[in-house]
Amino acid sequence: MELVLSLGIGVLSAAGIWLILRPRTFQVVLGLSLLSYAVNLFIFGMGRLTIGAPPVLGAGPDIVSVDDPVPQALVLTAVVISFALTALFLVVLLAARGVTGSDHVDGREPRPQGPHAEEPRPGTRP
Amino acid sequence: MNPAVTNLAVETAWSDHVTVLPVVLPIAVAGAMFLLDERRRKLKASLSFATILALIAIAVTLVVSVSDAPRVYRLGNWAAPYGIVLVADRLSAMMLALSSVLGLCALVFSFARWGRAGPRFHGLFLLLLMGVNGAFLTGDLFNLFVFFEVMLAASYGLVLHGSGETRIRAGLGYIAVNLVASLFFLVGVSLIYGTMGTLNMADLARRLAGPPEGEIALFEIGCAILGLAFLIKCSAWPLGFWLPSTYAAATAPAAAILAILSKVGIYVVVRLSLLVFGAGVSAGFGQTMLFAAGLATLAFGTVGLLAARDLTRAAGYAVMVSSGTVLAALGSGNDRALAGALYYLVGSTLAAGALFLLAEILQRGRDPAEAAAPVFADEYRDPFDDEDSVEVGSVIPAGVAILGVGFLLCTLMLAGIPPLAGFVGKLAIFVGAAGAPSPAGWWLIAALTLSSLFTLMPLVRLGILNIWVRDADKPPTLARSEVAALAGLLATCLALSVWGGPALAYADATVGWLTQPQDYVRAVLGGPAP
Repeated sequence: MELVLSLGIGVLSAAGIWLILRPRTFQVVLGLSLLSYAVNLFIFGMGRLTIGAPPVLGAGPDIVSVDDPVPQALVLTAVVISFALTALFLVVLLAARGVTGSDHVDGREPRPQGPHAEEPRPGTRP
Repeated sequence: MNPAVTNLAVETAWSDHVTVLPVVLPIAVAGAMFLLDERRRKLKASLSFATILALIAIAVTLVVSVSDAPRVYRLGNWAAPYGIVLVADRLSAMMLALSSVLGLCALVFSFARWGRAGPRFHGLFLLLLMGVNGAFLTGDLFNLFVFFEVMLAASYGLVLHGSGETRIRAGLGYIAVNLVASLFFLVGVSLIYGTMGTLNMADLARRLAGPPEGEIALFEIGCAILGLAFLIKCSAWPLGFWLPSTYAAATAPAAAILAILSKVGIYVVVRLSLLVFGAGVSAGFGQTMLFAAGLATLAFGTVGLLAARDLTRAAGYAVMVSSGTVLAALGSGNDRALAGALYYLVGSTLAAGALFLLAEILQRGRDPAEAAAPVFADEYRDPFDDEDSVEVGSVIPAGVAILGVGFLLCTLMLAGIPPLAGFVGKLAIFVGAAGAPSPAGWWLIAALTLSSLFTLMPLVRLGILNIWVRDADKPPTLARSEVAALAGLLATCLALSVWGGPALAYADATVGWLTQPQDYVRAVLGGPAP
């Protein structure tokens, strides 16, 4: 299970880092979301992995079979915050797209038209 | 329930709740303000004004009452480290006072024009103050994260306040950088929890003071990653390239209050370095890196100032210079120098805030204000359309004189020229560094001297350009609230200079308290007196 989790975190962060370095704002948003998933899983993993253990100190005398509840609480908070801020970022992205007429992170298309640059859309500012 | 835990819970008096007010008061008022109609500006403005006045009063109460012992506020009366604590000590109280004074002046400045440049300015402003105050008060790393996020979320709104293409483009980069920094923060926090099993700062210091337990190497990696998040926030080189363009794009009152945000990063670095790495297993961790980063930030900020072609950008670089100074003083490991740097931090933050405000007045009308096309037609109102409520910017005969004097004071403060507080602070750093000679100390003295000179040059040049060489038929217009805001900031700077002795003594005692982490631990966790 540790291997699966670490591979999952690794793949998510690799994809996230690649995406936030891309030039289009939507790719950056997706990259940030993937990275935040990776970080949330990482926080979860820091509570150590257990299977079938309740996350609370109950009546059971066996302290080994209890899962640490704190990282789960932390993940919950982190999920809410990153979700809210991603939504905010999406709004800013749309505003930037509307104001600058371009979805490039610099707010304008790169001067030399590279192979990945798209055709200027109708109705956009030069 | 562990009986030891219940025994630690103590009776609380009403006056104990003062410690939590800097967090509760602004968020309560901000919440109420979001319910009010956007058109009731007068009501909103007076509510914010009263709230921040109250915050100043609370901060002063705290500064006075924590001079002997810190105030520990246990939320829900759960004993630390099981519950959450707020800790007001000398450093927190000082920073609270700084943030509320800067907040009040920025708010008063916004009354003239900028408060109307977009929706929900006052609510966001108070939320920002709530996040900043919470970050100063919290004794717990995860709550620090939460307060950081509140502060950042509000700051995103304030950077975008006024809208316009420049702000949206700068805001996009600012938000992306800070979201990544928050992820670093989370990774660092979870590594610390995974290795040490606690996020309470006092508990962390207690565990590190004893014999090594857990995986210290992994813990230090966690702290380094956590530190990255704060260094991005306080714009240490090479993590701070986002700062000048973002602050230059923001509206003047927003930029002035954003100047406190980088100081939150500094505050956390100072707090954690001295509390967790002051003694014990990982003593002195990261100090060399902090020193190098501080000097590099100082150098980068100074060169940036030299290259700056407008005042707003210069003010942004001045914020970096001030951050770099404190980081370098902290990294030099010299307590007296750090005390000087803390004193310098207060003065330079106020002066940088004043410079942002001055810059807006002086450069107004040069580039047509970017309160441009609406982004969301349903909530955008033209900021300057209802003439009846706009305070008319009359040409005060002494306008140029007021601006000139204000600019002169700002320059003296930021460049550290006698007789103002900037000089006193730098002198205290010099005396401290020379008192315990070390290569780091001499580097610090050399860097600060050069930075003073190269801060003075560009500011004088920009002052000549903006105050002396301008169209005689277009004198700057000043609204009364703008003058009041500037006067407030600069009067605080002057007061800091006049009462430099007591202020420096306060900073000295603060550093003395910070370098005794066992006292902090005892105050939070309880335990026998030595």
